[in-house]
Amino acid sequence: MWKPLGAALLGATLLTHAPEVKAAGEADPLMSRSWSFTGIFGRYDQAALQRGLQVFETACATCHGLEFVAFRTLMDLGYTEDEVREFASRFWVEDGPDADGMMFERPADLPDRWPAPWANEVEAALIHGAVPIDLSLITKSRYGGANYVYSLLQGYDDEKTFELDPGNYWNRFYPGNVIGMAPPLFEGLVDFADGTEATVQQMAADVSHFLMWAAEPKLEERKRLGLGVILYTTAMAGIFYAMNRRLWANIKK
Amino acid sequence: MSADTPTPQFRGVLGWIDHRLPVVSLGYNHLVVYPTPKNLNYWWNFGSLAGIMLIIQIVTGIVLAMHYVPHADMAFDSVERIMRDVNYGWLLRYGHAVGASMFFIVVYIHMFRGLYYGSYKAPRELLWMIGVVILILMMATAFTGYVLPWGQMSFWAAVVIINLFGAIPLVGDTIVTWLMGGFAVDNATLQRFFSIHYLLPFTIVAMSFLHLVALHQFGSNNPVGIDLTKKDKINFHPYYTVKDVFGLFVFLTIYALFVFYAPLTFAHIENYEPANALVTPAHIVPDWYFMPFYAILASFTFDISIFGITLMDAKLAGVLAMFAAVLILFFLPWLDTSKVRSATYRPLYRIAFWVFVVVVLLLGYSGSQPAEGAWLLIGQITTFYYFFHFLVLLPLLGKIEKPLPVPESINKPVLPTASAGAQAQPAE
Amino acid sequence: MTTDAEGGGSRRDFLNIVGWTGLGIGAVAFAWPLVHQMNPAADVLALATTRVDISAIAEGMNVTVMWQGRPVWIRHLTEEDIQTANAVDLNDLRDPEPLEARVIQSPWLVQIGICTHLGCVPLGNRSGEPRGDFDGWFCPCHGSHYDIAGRIRRGPAPRNLDVPPHEFVSDTELLIG
Repeated sequence: MWKPLGAALLGATLLTHAPEVKAAGEADPLMSRSWSFTGIFGRYDQAALQRGLQVFETACATCHGLEFVAFRTLMDLGYTEDEVREFASRFWVEDGPDADGMMFERPADLPDRWPAPWANEVEAALIHGAVPIDLSLITKSRYGGANYVYSLLQGYDDEKTFELDPGNYWNRFYPGNVIGMAPPLFEGLVDFADGTEATVQQMAADVSHFLMWAAEPKLEERKRLGLGVILYTTAMAGIFYAMNRRLWANIKK
Repeated sequence: MSADTPTPQFRGVLGWIDHRLPVVSLGYNHLVVYPTPKNLNYWWNFGSLAGIMLIIQIVTGIVLAMHYVPHADMAFDSVERIMRDVNYGWLLRYGHAVGASMFFIVVYIHMFRGLYYGSYKAPRELLWMIGVVILILMMATAFTGYVLPWGQMSFWAAVVIINLFGAIPLVGDTIVTWLMGGFAVDNATLQRFFSIHYLLPFTIVAMSFLHLVALHQFGSNNPVGIDLTKKDKINFHPYYTVKDVFGLFVFLTIYALFVFYAPLTFAHIENYEPANALVTPAHIVPDWYFMPFYAILASFTFDISIFGITLMDAKLAGVLAMFAAVLILFFLPWLDTSKVRSATYRPLYRIAFWVFVVVVLLLGYSGSQPAEGAWLLIGQITTFYYFFHFLVLLPLLGKIEKPLPVPESINKPVLPTASAGAQAQPAE
Repeated sequence: MTTDAEGGGSRRDFLNIVGWTGLGIGAVAFAWPLVHQMNPAADVLALATTRVDISAIAEGMNVTVMWQGRPVWIRHLTEEDIQTANAVDLNDLRDPEPLEARVIQSPWLVQIGICTHLGCVPLGNRSGEPRGDFDGWFCPCHGSHYDIAGRIRRGPAPRNLDVPPHEFVSDTELLIG
């Protein structure tokens, strides 16, 4: 009964892999990079996260929101409470009504979530031509995850094979190769606090790292707890296997 | 340690309770000294695993409902809040989402075990049919649960599945509007799905109890497929409690590997985008456990007509075939005409069984592919074979197959000198 | 032979004890996330502090602000309030506490506006509401009377109104929590 089972399991494994949707074979296969957060012992790289935050603030946050990231959680990146409070105060959030019944804008604080840089989607569409999507979950909602963001940001290489309408850009990795987003990164865009050289590749890697954290902030806790749980279940499986062997040793089937 | 240990007289508090409410002796008789076949293999572990998965899903589901908000404007946000802010919320949510898939894996293996060893045959027909009811309830629960995060796949799954009912002649559209509580899938739909998703698991619990009552009426089937005498049985505890716990920990290890290291394996990435009634995802597919049935639905790309008169359009035919694929399982005990239970002694059925397994896997895989070209053809062929297996092959095999000699007891090997008359010995 | 059998027996006993105990420990560990999820979530804990601008609160005026989902009363005490409160004999009080013990920085009385009996919100913080027999606050649920220092004087409440942790970060800003 075992051999066919192997075939069945193989089939089942194939089944569980979601089919990849390729847009008529146009987008190139994604670039990949070895990330510190993959694998059983995967952890985020705090220096990369901090650089990524810097890139995100400079290059992305002017158009994109990060609505599921609360400023208080930036302390996970290794900042102190005061540093995060200072960072948050650069953003404005709506509050109120005040004593006069008026809504007002105030600097963001720790409990606030990262606001979108526009009031609503209609305004966003008017400003940008289309609504710049929220990036909180971008690495979980695209095939390739962090590699997708990493590739896309480096896909503006101008090898275009057809004419583009104004306001559109060529990108090797975007389905259909036509993207509405202008190239957001260029050499030396930011001055990294830790002195790392701000190449496009470096910035793309760091901001992808940061966006992976933004989408899955509990990854480290998850992988750490998982190790303990799996150690426990395998040890218990071993103990109960031994108990079972002893118990059944003298039973004639 | 023999199975016929008399029920002891319980003393003290337990005795006082048991005299008035015999739950103590009930538990003792059905979990401790319950006589179980000695020869069960590891495929028999999956019944108790399914019970444990049901408990895990109910417990994690109840605590998730403490944080989840069933409103179209807040559902997606509340799920992200569970993932980020609620203590161990990510564990509960990933555990519940992966748990749904693990539950179906366990139950499908449990069912295929029943198919292989003929556990659905007399006198266990009702036991099997209650199991099919549980499967249907599980499907309804899984589907309503999948809608709750209110992501793109949630939303469009609800749209597509509800629109299936539009295939019903005359009243289809009315039913669709009634199910949605409006003219599109919206908040009213989400709230009723939440209510149903919370209700159905408790009906599964009730059906599981009936499943156990029916099981304990004649006891478990076994790999040899013959009825066993008391000397071939053994107390459930500790022999099968220990064996089941061993199996449980092996299973939990696999389950934990997914929850902690690959929680998105069974997920659709589209569901991490909030529901958008204006944009349909490029490729809508249900979860893997619905895939074979979805493939049957998608196989009907043609109207069914005779002499140019359309009897049934493609949509209705697909929907009916999909429901028929599940409902046909109710008739299995009578479609299989062989008196021998275990496939071990049925050389032809054994082949048919493994072909069927491969067909179902192929059917499932074709369901995950866009319904066109080679995969559509494979889907159509395997759909045909699915019904062929139940409606033609099983009734026929019972008539033409010559079973191998079945032993009289699990301890006695089949005598090489056994006559041909003994070979066809019915399993009773 | 007997020793062998006994050795085997005790090994088996040991194995069984480890196995079943381990199962029990695992079940308890699994229960912890189910219990802990009901504790305040990170976003709730993040709202642990409230900042209030007190520059606009005139003498004799009460305001109500929210802190951790609970009403907090800020009263700008008058000279008369302070004299009335200090004139009370502490021996007459159920929960003896001088006014100074309840006030970090005079003339600001900051207290949680929840009756210590069973959690109702007493009346009296807004003008026009009944203020009870001691001219402070009055809880209509079960008739607890509080004086102008928020001390319980009559009725079933066991304690004075609670004073939340707070500090004055500047002359005009109060930080609660």
